[in-house]
Amino acid sequence: MTQMNEPLLRVDNLTMMYGDRVGCKDVSFELRPGEVLGIVGESGSGKSTLLRSISAQQEPTKGVVEYQTRIDGVRDVYQMSEAQRRLLMRTDWAFVHQNPRDGLRMNVSAGANIGERLMAIGDRHYGNIRSNADSWLGKVEIASERLDDLPSTFSGGMQQRLQIARNLVTSPRLVFMDEPTGGLDVSVQARLLDLLRGLVHDLNLAVIIVTHDLAVARLLSHRLMVMQQGKVIEHGLTDQVLDDPQHPYTQLLVSSILQN
Amino acid sequence: MEQTVKNPADGAPDYNFAYLDEQTKRMIRRALLKAVAIPGYQVPFAGREMPMPYGWGTGGVQVTAAVIGPNDTLKVIDQGADDTTNAVSIRQFFAKTAQVATTEKTAEASIIQTRHRIPEKELREDQVLVYQVPIPEPLRFLEPRETETRKMHALEEYGLMHVKLYEDIARHGHIATTYAYPVMVDDRYVMDPSPTPKFDNPKMNDMAALQLFGAGREKRIYALPPYTKVKSLDFEDHPFEVQTWEDECGMCGARDSYLDEVILDDQGNRMFVCSDTDYCAERQEAGHRGPQHHDQPLGTADRGKAAE
Repeated sequence: MTQMNEPLLRVDNLTMMYGDRVGCKDVSFELRPGEVLGIVGESGSGKSTLLRSISAQQEPTKGVVEYQTRIDGVRDVYQMSEAQRRLLMRTDWAFVHQNPRDGLRMNVSAGANIGERLMAIGDRHYGNIRSNADSWLGKVEIASERLDDLPSTFSGGMQQRLQIARNLVTSPRLVFMDEPTGGLDVSVQARLLDLLRGLVHDLNLAVIIVTHDLAVARLLSHRLMVMQQGKVIEHGLTDQVLDDPQHPYTQLLVSSILQN
Repeated sequence: MEQTVKNPADGAPDYNFAYLDEQTKRMIRRALLKAVAIPGYQVPFAGREMPMPYGWGTGGVQVTAAVIGPNDTLKVIDQGADDTTNAVSIRQFFAKTAQVATTEKTAEASIIQTRHRIPEKELREDQVLVYQVPIPEPLRFLEPRETETRKMHALEEYGLMHVKLYEDIARHGHIATTYAYPVMVDDRYVMDPSPTPKFDNPKMNDMAALQLFGAGREKRIYALPPYTKVKSLDFEDHPFEVQTWEDECGMCGARDSYLDEVILDDQGNRMFVCSDTDYCAERQEAGHRGPQHHDQPLGTADRGKAAE
């Protein structure tokens, strides 16, 4: 149980400056295994900057990102060698982009897309890779017969589900999601959210999900961080933040969505 | 050590030995030394304009010019043949600018410049094989960014190479890549053996001769020192295989060499011949005969038939 209580990820005083402009400022939080953290805020509030800095894609100006690795214990992500960092990013971490075209290889089949991470960590048995890819296709509710089809022949919702399968095939423990339901219509969104919620629960994934959609945040996340102008203005349990917002901006945000 | 070669054309300026100036040759040799020191690693070099278009072997010609000496004997092949346009023009180029001896016999050559093929005859330690390479980067078709492919080589991230092979099997049921088949060099760098057919990949492994690769347009040089381990990439359940033919060579009857298909007419008639012309000629001299060999030059017999 001690393992469960140790944070998987610790972010300390993270600041990202673009020259004189603030990307995000003094962000600190901890994330435990299996925990889903939502980051909400309007466009330009620094959500994506924060996500990129945490997920080792953009070195922050200041601050520390520490991760509990499987083998070496707690490591500062930006102190690792590039090789170690890239290995971490394609095995124990996953990144789901808003636009599936950013996260998929559009010119190779769905099976190859799912198999890429397996091959990257040294899997060299075609049959195993293929059956693994096939079973993952099933888990994200795509028919087996589409295994050899190009992602460009898939609908937007299917592409997004394929991207999720491709990311989860190496059993990562931490998944970053940037507006995963962004370009999808409402019914497809609902299905995807349902799927994601199931996967997160079954695989005990820790997730950091950036969204501007409070409904998505409420459905998926345990905890919520509200950002405005690069700063975290409110942070707490999702229901608490959404049902009893304290900060005027959060109150505005919550009241701006239609209630039934 | 400047050495000029008299230009046979009246009044034209003389050439420096092997066309390139000495400084350029030194620059290429430095790149070659680095390439030999790190087998399979692509060394950038300041490729020069050559008096031939890109795609005609400008990289190979520069490498040959840098390593050739007055006592060398040069053989040039294109698709295994000594008598095709590319081979003839490059051979003449060095005969003129370096005045070296040229040969069509694999065994007599000290430097062999090639496009596509490795000679069937086993090469020796005192020979150098120079390849003309169009696209040196094996990862290029899956990852177009040069910054990214360099990083992938540096960090040995070669999973992507298998994605290509996976895709082959998924689409065709077997690894359908037949040329430029990626290899792992010395358990470290993935290398594109240029457009050689995969039939020749096993010959690269543990070869006695020095193998040099020059890509003129892309300005890259890489190398395989003698006796380097070269392994073709594959899957455990889809191992690497070379092409096989049901037919034998129509001229010399060889069953162990790489065969080219030749269409004879519009009635569906065809024949197979060795792509290595020297190998085929040598076998014919030794008395080997294939089914289409009529003990007269190819073509005359067919022309007679057509007239009937």
